[in-house]
Amino acid sequence: MSEPILSLEAVETDIAQYHILKGVSLSVPRGQVTMLLGRNGVGKTTTMRTIMGLLRNKAGQIRFDGAEISGELASSRCRAGIGFVPEDMGIFSALTVEENMILAAVSGAPDRARLDWLFTVFPPLKTFWKAPAGTLSGGQKQMLSIARAMIEDRKLYLIDEPTKGLAPAIVSTMVGALRELKRQGASILMVEQNFAVARALGDHCVVMDDGRATWSGAMADLATDHALQERLMGLSMEAG
Amino acid sequence: MSAAPDHTPTFAKHSITDRIGQAAPYLLVPVLILAGFIAIGAPTSWLTLTVSGLAMGMMIFIMASGLTLVFGLMDIINFGHGAFISLGAFVGVSVLFGLGGWTDAASLPLNIAAILLAILAAMLLTGALAWAFERVIVRPVYGSHLKQILITVGALIVIEEAIHVIWGGEETFLNRPNALRGAVTFAGAALEKYRILAVVVGLAIFFGLRLVLQRTKIGLIVRAGVENPDMVEALGYRLRLVFVGVFIAGSALAGLGGVMWALYEQVITAGMGENMMVLIFIVVIIGGLGSVEGAFVGALLVGLLQNYVAFLEPKLALVSNIGLMTVILLWRPQGMMTVAKGS
Repeated sequence: MSEPILSLEAVETDIAQYHILKGVSLSVPRGQVTMLLGRNGVGKTTTMRTIMGLLRNKAGQIRFDGAEISGELASSRCRAGIGFVPEDMGIFSALTVEENMILAAVSGAPDRARLDWLFTVFPPLKTFWKAPAGTLSGGQKQMLSIARAMIEDRKLYLIDEPTKGLAPAIVSTMVGALRELKRQGASILMVEQNFAVARALGDHCVVMDDGRATWSGAMADLATDHALQERLMGLSMEAG
Repeated sequence: MSAAPDHTPTFAKHSITDRIGQAAPYLLVPVLILAGFIAIGAPTSWLTLTVSGLAMGMMIFIMASGLTLVFGLMDIINFGHGAFISLGAFVGVSVLFGLGGWTDAASLPLNIAAILLAILAAMLLTGALAWAFERVIVRPVYGSHLKQILITVGALIVIEEAIHVIWGGEETFLNRPNALRGAVTFAGAALEKYRILAVVVGLAIFFGLRLVLQRTKIGLIVRAGVENPDMVEALGYRLRLVFVGVFIAGSALAGLGGVMWALYEQVITAGMGENMMVLIFIVVIIGGLGSVEGAFVGALLVGLLQNYVAFLEPKLALVSNIGLMTVILLWRPQGMMTVAKGS
């Protein structure tokens, strides 16, 4: 089996006086979608922000593509090949959709062919190309946030709750876009509360509880084992 | 795969009141000029005062533009900004004294060249000092406004004292370059040549800053960084370097403003920058923190109002700008032009 694209070893992170991550160890296989699951407040978003470098881990190791990156800045991690879609979408509302995309193309001007493909995936981006991003609807902002991460090829995508609060039609679009990304061989680590989406996209799964990764394995195993779901997350995801 | 449902946008119909509300800050300047015309009555006096007010406003804008960017992007309250104004003035005036042959010659190109060299020297030195200032004074106090105020006020005092040590404690008087002395007559009104130059320089700085902020990638990074610095970092940009660049550029603009103000007042002191800080803070606050356009409109309002009131009711001149700030903050507590702020 090839080396994982990302691995965390006993990572600990504090936010102000709170000890949030208490020794997270997990790995993200190359070319697969890894779902990060768990109840609210167990440290999923903190894990994503720590991997991205927006929070500093006070202990443990983060290895990305064979290199230790704990000491690297977020900007260096991005340039090394990590794309990030934060939970709050991180849209620059005062900038237009076009300006958001130009900014996301860190290597230079956005690639025309890639942009055309993104327009086919997310047509509203073309419609509102010159509009301030702050005027977009919630779903359109989420499309922009994901498109921004996809404007250049990344080795790993960190995507935090991309379907949160979205209408079913938009969720379907998101799932389609992420499937396409997966088909292209991208490695993805994704936080998702919608278990149906997690089951549809995930190959691999890590469950967190109280600042630690408490279980990891095949998504299919968790999806079919209701007793395991009960034990790990406190309820069966059958209804999801 | 499924594609997102596309929607043809339906644009809201804004009423006339809404449209006027959005453009109101820009309209305040012509409205004030018109009000000045009605109050003053004499067209020649009004024209002279208007050009004088615009020139003063432009120079205040040059000094305030850097501070508003530093405030908006870095969330730094830098009282030391005044020291860069004073230092810029002393460096610039020293260069002008050194180029006495050029400034005394009755040649506009030579006079302008001397001023440009003075500005260049002032901007280089204040920019270099700003680099050290950011590293030593500002960097340890990011995130703490109280500490920022205390340490930058302390740094202001130290730099002022250093100016006393280097250039002496007395006021330094200077003459404007030969071709910029006196006035031209237009429509019966005497318009000082130097004030016309100040208006031209102020406009050039304003449109230059707008061009950089609106049309370049570095401008995009700065605007995005004001709103959500974490996300700019996550998109691959070293925002700290941008911060330092903005701090240096903002301080260099203060140096430029110091040279322009020195030539306007024709006297410089170590405390001149500190004295200007009240007006500059008024401009930055009423304009909206971080807004270059807001600082521009705010500076013009301050310059025009001060000149009109000084002519009409001299006793009220000192409080006119505080009154202006009060009225504007009652109308728009965040300032005339707010800048989107995220995390």
